Amino acid sequence: MADFKNIIVKRKRQDFLFNIIGILCTLVGILTLGALLVDLLMDGLTRLNWTFLTSFPSPFAERAGILSSWVGTLLIMIVTASAAVPLGVAAGIYLEEYARKNWVTNLIEINIANLAGVPSIIYGLMALSLLVYQFRLGQSVLTGGLTLAFLILPIVIVATREALRTIPQGIREAAYALGSTKWQVVRHHLLPYSLGGTMTGIIIALSRAIGETAPLITIGALTFIAFLPPPPIKAQPPFVSFDWLWSPFSVLPIQMFNWVSRPDQDFVVNAAGAGLVLIIVTLLLNAIAIMIRYRVRKRIKW
Amino acid sequence: MQEIPILQTPVAAAADTAKRSPPAETPSARRRLSRVKERFIEALLFLAAFSSVAITLGIVGTLLFESSTFFAHVSLGEFLTAPLWTPLFAPPRFGIMPLVMGTLVTTAVALAVALPIGTVVAIYLSEFAPASVREVIKPALELLSAVPTVVYGYFALQFMSPLLQKVFPGLPTFNMLSAGMVMGIMIIPYVSSLSEDAMRAVPMSLREGAYAMGANRIITAIRVVYPAALSGIVASYILAISRAIGETMIVAIAAGMQPNLTIDPREPAATITAFIVQVSLGDLPHGSIGYQSIFAAGITLFIMTLVFNILGYILRKRFREVY
Repeated sequence: MADFKNIIVKRKRQDFLFNIIGILCTLVGILTLGALLVDLLMDGLTRLNWTFLTSFPSPFAERAGILSSWVGTLLIMIVTASAAVPLGVAAGIYLEEYARKNWVTNLIEINIANLAGVPSIIYGLMALSLLVYQFRLGQSVLTGGLTLAFLILPIVIVATREALRTIPQGIREAAYALGSTKWQVVRHHLLPYSLGGTMTGIIIALSRAIGETAPLITIGALTFIAFLPPPPIKAQPPFVSFDWLWSPFSVLPIQMFNWVSRPDQDFVVNAAGAGLVLIIVTLLLNAIAIMIRYRVRKRIKW
Repeated sequence: MQEIPILQTPVAAAADTAKRSPPAETPSARRRLSRVKERFIEALLFLAAFSSVAITLGIVGTLLFESSTFFAHVSLGEFLTAPLWTPLFAPPRFGIMPLVMGTLVTTAVALAVALPIGTVVAIYLSEFAPASVREVIKPALELLSAVPTVVYGYFALQFMSPLLQKVFPGLPTFNMLSAGMVMGIMIIPYVSSLSEDAMRAVPMSLREGAYAMGANRIITAIRVVYPAALSGIVASYILAISRAIGETMIVAIAAGMQPNLTIDPREPAATITAFIVQVSLGDLPHGSIGYQSIFAAGITLFIMTLVFNILGYILRKRFREVY
């Protein structure tokens, strides 16, 4: 009997011990995230002011700013979103609602799973050869935006499919019963109902694209640029201009990379400042995505 | 081969109806028009889905095309066996091994951090933690993979390296150890989240069976839940490996840019990805040997990740348990 009690005590102790180990391992992750934020704040907060946001890069660390790189990031994101969102959502709709079970569908599905595992720098190489030189788009905002659009396409597709999958079959059947065509079902029911989930995926994908550095370096984004792309709005008709698509560019992470790889400690402060801006934007986007997901989950009860 | 003709008909049919305008407002004509529209939309959606295949073809095609000119200059034997990688110096040497070694060492360090910690976190979250804790911890950990990698590179160089230099005196500023460790922390959520999903999908009855036999939680987790969820867990490991092999900015910033054939993680060494970044930063004339060499490095990288992806696919099939 004493043996039996001993065994129970021992087993309980094992469980308790693993509980501690589990909490410690989780803390490793959480604490690293904390250390990273504190490290960036301590190094970079002094540099984070209005001048930093509105100045061009400069050979003098104190006068250097991130104006051209955050404008570049913004423009790239506009191109990326306008290419990846329609394409990804359409592909998701096709695969979830239209695709028949055959080898073509199978091929596309395996292919998307594989694309998600391709290193981002490979997309940069592809864009360098295909977009920059074959299609002669140059080392421009357009090329950069399309490169990142290819990169996040699998994320958008998967998010769209998952959002569509949560919609009960009964909704589709009810709409068909009233004489809707397939596209009417998609357009008037499935798209609106899946909007929350799709938006979450799109925001997560864009937050990933904002931090991407390697593929843009590969296609030849600049590390030092002291002018802005031409503005999209003009005084003369036709008032809008797309010249900015062809402009050379830099983005925030490349600017940060450039500063962090200099031996001069003053520039490291600048790198921390740029890193802070970058991390604030990505965490903000993620927070928005989590909020949307939470609200959608709470509101919709099928 | 039957799908393609069906998909092409909408275009022809649309042209057909366009000729016969204006359409008569009879129910049958309207129905025909709407059927044409439906077909047209389906074709558009199919093209969107198929664009992902086009991207893959683009990747494979450009890598093969550009590196074929490289391999016209450099024999495959030299590429795989020469101990030096100095494509931009005179005399140039084209042995990829130092870069491959750098990639493998940083990946190994990252996995030594991410696999044990990630697995323990997954077991903890799935089998031990209360639901309220899990709901907070899981998204918090996922933020680890949301942080831009260039920020991690900064962290590795400015925080982790000085910290490690206190433990290993004489550690150079640029070293594979700090880059690999930070990379490992970055990929923890890939392991923990996916493994946890897989473990939670294991039916409760299996756990209850183990408890009924007198097993405690940890024994149940290790002997019953872990093996039952192995296909999903292996998938998460493979994803972590692909991520580590392809990771670029952390190693480019913190592991150094010099190719160095060594297995000692305390030394600096360039990885395949860091080399591509380094060459791309410089002036890169189209068609030069430097330009071609980054595609040769790229195809090596692509093949390495592809091998792991296929391996993961096979392992998943092999360990698939169906309930």
